[in-house]
This record gives sequence, C-alpha cells and structure tokens, in this order.
Amino acid sequence: MTIEADMRAPLSLLPLRLDGVVFEAGGHRIIDGISMTIARGPRTVVLGPNGAGKSVLLRLCHGLLAPTAGTVRWFTPEVPGGPRRQAMVFQRPMMLRRTALGNVTYALRLAGVDRRTREARAMEALAKVGLDKQANRAARVMSGGEQQRLALARVWALSPEILFLDEPTASLDPGATHEIESIILALHQAGTKIVMVTHNLGQAHRVADEILFLHQGRLVERAPAGQFLKRPASPEAARFLEGELPW
Amino acid sequence: MVVARRMFLGLLFALAVSGVEAQERFITVASTTSTEQSGLFGHLLPIFEKEAGIKVRVVALGTGQALDLARRGDADVVFVHAKAAEEKFLAEGEGVKRFPVMCNDFVLIGPKSDPAKVAGGKDITEALKKIQAAQAPFVSRGDKSGTHMAELDLWKVSGVDLEKAKGAWYRDTGQGMGPALNTAASMNAYVLADRATWLAFKNRGDLAIVVEGDKRLYNQYGVMLVNPAKHPSVKKDLGQVFIDWVVSPQGQKAIADYKIGGGQLFFPNAGQPDA
Amino acid sequence: MNTVAAAAAQALSLVAAADPKLVDIVLLSLRVSLLAVVFGSIIGLPVGAALAVNDFRGKRGVIVILNALLGLPSVVVGLVVYLLLSRAGPLGSWGILFTPTAMVIAQTILITPTLAALSRQVVADGWGEYREQLRSLGETRWGAATTLLWDLKFSLVTIVLAGFGRAASEVGAVMIVGGNIDGVTRVMTTTIALETSKGDLPLALALGIILLSIVLAVNAGAYVVKETAQHRYG
Repeated sequence: MTIEADMRAPLSLLPLRLDGVVFEAGGHRIIDGISMTIARGPRTVVLGPNGAGKSVLLRLCHGLLAPTAGTVRWFTPEVPGGPRRQAMVFQRPMMLRRTALGNVTYALRLAGVDRRTREARAMEALAKVGLDKQANRAARVMSGGEQQRLALARVWALSPEILFLDEPTASLDPGATHEIESIILALHQAGTKIVMVTHNLGQAHRVADEILFLHQGRLVERAPAGQFLKRPASPEAARFLEGELPW
Repeated sequence: MVVARRMFLGLLFALAVSGVEAQERFITVASTTSTEQSGLFGHLLPIFEKEAGIKVRVVALGTGQALDLARRGDADVVFVHAKAAEEKFLAEGEGVKRFPVMCNDFVLIGPKSDPAKVAGGKDITEALKKIQAAQAPFVSRGDKSGTHMAELDLWKVSGVDLEKAKGAWYRDTGQGMGPALNTAASMNAYVLADRATWLAFKNRGDLAIVVEGDKRLYNQYGVMLVNPAKHPSVKKDLGQVFIDWVVSPQGQKAIADYKIGGGQLFFPNAGQPDA
Repeated sequence: MNTVAAAAAQALSLVAAADPKLVDIVLLSLRVSLLAVVFGSIIGLPVGAALAVNDFRGKRGVIVILNALLGLPSVVVGLVVYLLLSRAGPLGSWGILFTPTAMVIAQTILITPTLAALSRQVVADGWGEYREQLRSLGETRWGAATTLLWDLKFSLVTIVLAGFGRAASEVGAVMIVGGNIDGVTRVMTTTIALETSKGDLPLALALGIILLSIVLAVNAGAYVVKETAQHRYG
C-alpha cells in the first residue's frame, strides 16, 4: 500500500505550484495573490486567524474552487474523469446512508477498483483505523470521532498522493482528536503528503513539519514548525501566537 | 430487502396485467345524463349485452356535449333527446338516420312553500309566467342538454323574453340533471326535470312535482348511428345491431319494463315515425 | 353529523359485503393511480435529481415553472389529453380514449411535475450537504444524482406516496378522458361524483370515506418506513 512515486518520476502529482492566485467572491478578495510550491515530504500545516482564507486556499489547491486569477498547477495533472490521486477530509465527515464498509467501497468504486478487490481493500483500510469490527454498522449513527476515522479509512483505501484536511478535529474531543492525529501520521508514514488546516496550536505542534502562515489572504510566513512556533519572523505571526492559547 | 423488492415488482406486474382488457366487442354510445342517472341503461344494457354479445360503453353527458363528442368521432352511436339538435346533426352529415325510440315527460319541480303559487296547475306556460313575475328562484341546467333546450323552448312559448327577464332569480348553473336538482333542493328553487331522473333522485329536500301533464312537456328520445363515411373508426356493424335491437319489439318491451316504485318511466314509441 | 355517522356505517357495511362492483371500482382506482405513480417516478425523479445537481442558464426559471406546475389543475390536464386522444385529434388513431390507459396517461402527466419538483428539493438539500465530498472523491454530476437518489430513497418514498395521494384523489382528468363508463373506466372519485349528482349523498360519502382510508393508510405506511429508516441509517 505504500506509494513509491519519486518526485522526479514523470507520473507524480507533486510538486503543486500556485502562481499569483487570487480568489474573489461576493465582492470580497479572500485570497490576495499567493505564490508558493508544495513539495513532497514534510507534513504541511496551514495556520492563520479566522477569515485568513485557509479553507479557501485548501479548496483552490484541491480543485473544488477555481481561482479568479492566477494558476494552480500540478507537476503531472490528473486525468479528467479518471480516479483521483488527491483526497480531502472535511471538518464534517459526510458519510452516505450506508454501512461503514459501504462508504469505503463506494469510494473504491469511484476510483475504478474492480468489484472483487473492493471489499478486501476496504476491510484492510478499516482495520488500519480500528473500525473493522464495525464494518457493517450504519455509518451515520457512529460517533463524530468514529465517522472521522471512517473518513480516513476511506482515504487510506484510496492511497492518494496528497491528502488535504480542513480542520478535521475541530468538532472532536481530545481523545478522538488524538486518534485522528495518529492516523494522519500513519498515512504520512505510508507515503501520502499531508496538507492540513488547523486553528489549534497544540495540534500544529504535534503534527506539523512546516507551517504556512496566512493572514488576510496572503502567505505571510513559511518556516519549519519548530522555528515558527518558537520564534516567528513576522509581526502578524507573533501577534497570532500570543493571542492563541496552546493546548 | 431483496424479498421486499421482488414482491413489489410482482405486485406491479400483476396490477399491470390485470388491466389488459380482453379483446371484447364493444361500442361507445354517447348519451345523456338523464338516461344514465335514471337507471334505464343499468336495466336495459345487460339484456342487450346478453342477447348480442356486444358490450355497450356509455359516456353520459348532456345532449349538446354528446352530439359534439360524436362530431369528433369519439362515439359510435348517439342516444339523446332534442329533436331539433338531432336533425341539425343529420343535416351536417354527421349521422346516418334518426330512429325515434321512446319518450318520457318533463315535470316542473318546486318547493312545497310554492312562492309563485303554481302548484296543481296543468298549464306549463302559465306556471312559467307566474314564476318570472314573482321572481321566484329558478334553476336552469344551462348545459346545452336536451332538458335545457326544452326549457328554453318553453320560456319562448310562454312569451317570456329570457334575455330581458333574467335576473338574480334565474340561476344558470351549467350542470347535469342530478346536480341541478341538488342545487334546487338546497336553494328551494323551481326546476324543470325529466320525470325519470326525478323519480330516481334521492336528495329531494323540500321539493315536489308542482306542474305535470301538459302536452308540451313531452320529451322524445332518438338514436342515430354516427356517419362512418365521415368517421371511419365508427363501428357501424355493431352500432347498427344496437340500434336495430333498441327499436325492435324486444328492446321496446325492455324499455317499457323499466319501473321505479311500480311506475313506468319511459314509453317506447319506435313505431311512430314522426316522433 | 348524522349524515357522516350514517355514511361511516354504510362505508363499513359496503366494505364488509365486498360488493364485486365496488371491489372492481377500488381495484381500478388503485391500478390507474399506481401505474401513474410508477411512470411518473421513472420520469420525474431523475429529472428532479438532474435539476438539483446541474447548473445552467435559466435554471431558476425552470425551477419556478416546475414549482408552479405543482398546482396544475386536473381538469386542464384532462382536457388537453382528451384533445390529443380524441379521434379528431393527433393521436386519435391510437383509439385509447375512454380506456384506463388514457386515465393512466393523464394522471402520469398530472403528477410527474409534482414528483420532479419535490425530488429536486430533496436532492438539492442532499447535494448541498455532500457536494464537496462527492466531488472530492471524483463523482460525476450524473453519478452524484444517482447516488443521492439512492441515498435519499426513504425521503423519496414519502414524495412518491404524496404523488399517489394526488392521483388517487383527482377526478377532473379521469372523468374527461375516461368518460366514467360503468364497468370500464369508473373509479372511486368519478363514482363519488356520480352518486352525488344522483342525490345519493350517503353512498357518495361512504365511498369518500373508503377513499380517504386508503390514502391515509398509504401515507401512514410511508411515515413508518421513513421513521424506521431514519432511526436505522441516520
């Protein structure tokens, strides 16, 4: 299940390049000209105050939104209509009215996986997140933490090259949060690039290798996590870190 | 889930198939609400169907509507009661030949309180004049039916110019005989009805017959085959079998045999060519 | 109130006696309306779902028109279908006027907009909830429409049964295209109309009670199905 794709290999999605990306909606400029490269490797966490544009940035990268100006370019673009090689996990898990197993096999069907291998692969993924015993339970009656684990199982079964996460533990208690973070780390170990938005500094401490700091739609600072969290270079970042309570 | 789905599909199939009509011989007869609602067809048609092995599907509308239906080719035979309208139908080439079948009479129905003081009279024109003078509520069918046309004729013969005299007292409802009687019962109004429908009618309220027996209240029914030359889809052979039977001694006897409460409703007169 | 009590008693005795003519009338009513609902769903539900997940110019206008058709008068539908199927009309050669087939056609036309409009609403709500996740997984618009219809099937059952209720209760369309022919195209609603016009109000009321009971039973069943599913699947 590990992905061996090398950055230099011709079929790799990464690195992802943003050039002068602007996003406007309803008369507001939410992303105000961002240029950056997201490369394979480090776990990237996007931080910033509310309204900085973090969620929008993630959606622009993933393709859910189209930029008003500028470009979002993958090293090797995905085949339109083909199986997705990126994935995204949202704050709310969005499960269909099916069993846990059914939700994962659904995603595998969309990815073009043959019917005979679907169930086996889905069970494998459920086992990785500790939900194999609940495979036949209705997904929507599970707890928030279980559903989010299920969302990650769904991702795991797909083995994407990159996984975007938009505040995945914002609605969960600390115990569930910890479980989710373990799974994210495991996914990264298995070869998936992680790009995660959080407003929780403690989580940033635990998960991030590098930090992208957004402020009013601009990328204000980018640094390795340890450095950013101890000694941020920009005044906005400093104010942000002071105002937030790390837990 | 699988069992439920199979049962559901099976039910659907059974429902659909139960509807496939056996290829039976039938004709469509456009007739009036008065023949239907008096129960005559309920009595007459089973006898014919047994005899001839042909089913009769009756679409019951007012005379005017029935003739219009035939003009569109949607009926094989018409069986109505407005000689003038029927002769116009023939003149247009829509019908083949008119056969008189039976007659009944109209009666003037009114409230027991009788505001226009017409009860017991024998002269319909006198009664109508009194109703108009008293501006007593009067319900008209207003639907181009045979009864409606007879009513308009009687007003004319009474010398009342309806266009001028019409007012709030004259209620033009545009309804069949039954609904018109319902309306009259709830308004305590006068209404012209055919005796057959009146005898079969159950919601009389305070109404009763106030005038009857005037020769001008006599109501003649005729039957015609819709012209197959104009409407090729008309079942001319089967239709003719029906017409022949209705004017035959057997059919005429069946008509005479229909009674409500011991009283005969329709009087066969196919033997009277001028009827 | 006496009439209603008398009618209720008469209704019970009619049902107990299982008069064959009455049974035929009820079966025909069910047959016509159920077939109309089946055909209406086959057309209306996919149209509603497609409308919910697609964006195009004039979409709002289409939705407005569709919602307006919820109030389509049954007599108007009856008249239009009659003009089409009459021998003098364009489809006269089919010869299906005054048959149950014509009644099914008319009722299908009557309730398809209802089924499309209501399913559009339900699927649009679901699309709002799932849209980002489904797109993230690589689902196409058409795939999403199908997935949502299946996911929301219990809500759709309620909608379909609402359509059945509308079809089973209408009289305007079936009267005109069916002709209320005894033994052939006489259904519950047209029989009620006929008995009312004959002045036999207790009988008409009794039949009305039977009709209401059927529609009520169908809707109660739908409610139970939906509640159980909600509980089971969330």
